[in-house]
Amino acid sequence: MTGANLEGPCRVVSRHCRNVTVGKEESPLSDDIATTGAPAAPQSPAAGSDENLVAAIRQGDEQAFEQLIDRYHRSLVRIATLFVRDNDIAEEVAQETWIGVLRGLESFAGRSSFRTWLFGILANQARRRGERERRFIPFSALARPPEAEAEPAVDPDRFLPEGHQWAGHWATPPAPWPDLPEERYLSTEIRAEIDQAIAVLPPNQRAVITLRDIEGWEADEVCNALTLSETNQRVLLHRARSRVRGALALRWDPAEG
Amino acid sequence: MSAVDDFGDLPCQDFVEMVTDYLEGTLTPELRARVEVHLADCDYCVDYLAQIRQTIQSLSQLDEEPVAPTTRERLMGEFRNWKRSLGSAPAF
Repeated sequence: MTGANLEGPCRVVSRHCRNVTVGKEESPLSDDIATTGAPAAPQSPAAGSDENLVAAIRQGDEQAFEQLIDRYHRSLVRIATLFVRDNDIAEEVAQETWIGVLRGLESFAGRSSFRTWLFGILANQARRRGERERRFIPFSALARPPEAEAEPAVDPDRFLPEGHQWAGHWATPPAPWPDLPEERYLSTEIRAEIDQAIAVLPPNQRAVITLRDIEGWEADEVCNALTLSETNQRVLLHRARSRVRGALALRWDPAEG
Repeated sequence: MSAVDDFGDLPCQDFVEMVTDYLEGTLTPELRARVEVHLADCDYCVDYLAQIRQTIQSLSQLDEEPVAPTTRERLMGEFRNWKRSLGSAPAF
């Protein structure tokens, strides 16, 4: 299965709360975001498309390069950590990627998007670096289909058992989360909890949730990048989100975990 | 996944496994309608859905801190080197 049959409702509905810092070029989707009340793209239209920035860089425009760094460097570091489980090495891999971008700029023909090309360079740098590191995660582990074994989103003991009149309904419902202001949900503490929850996910779940929910890639982009079927991508995303929710719930819900 | 119960309602245990399909828009229209009927009736699952949404929202904002000044300086230094190398004939 390829991304080709993903033109349906999935594309429209899937990005309901995405920030658009990753240089989306699909304006129809951006329009959807605007009309569904998601936060406006933080980047002004004047910031320019990736392709415009690349053209400017070829003319020696320093600011254009800086804008690309602002747009992508954090993503490169984050995605590098999928391959090399060490933040310092991931940072080095990301920096080496930029050097690779400059060296390869002349040969970049624009047949793929800049973003695809950029992450291709990153994957190569990570692989080269990874061969020298012991904590390297091979691509095959990131692209592995979900394990066949069922992995319930919620502990089955929290539901009423078979035979009960209301079997399958909540016995111990989720404790509501407090109505925190947005910034409290991003406190250093919560951020660390999310990072920790992601760090302990199996590599394939970690890859999918990182690309989809942290980096804001579309489902079909993730399917292509990880050579996963649409269904497998969704199963991995579901398991990963369920686990991260469970980790966050621990703080407010003693029955969780 | 257990069968839909006698009342035609969706068990909560099935809903929590459908939540990603629901958000991704990949449920069949029939299942989607069932989910919506269930949510109209079940505050617990509404809470659960809100928590999944909050989780996604928090994830999307993890990487918003700016690039470290030392990283920026180093990369801009690389850019200047690159630019100089363009302006000159191949070295040596």
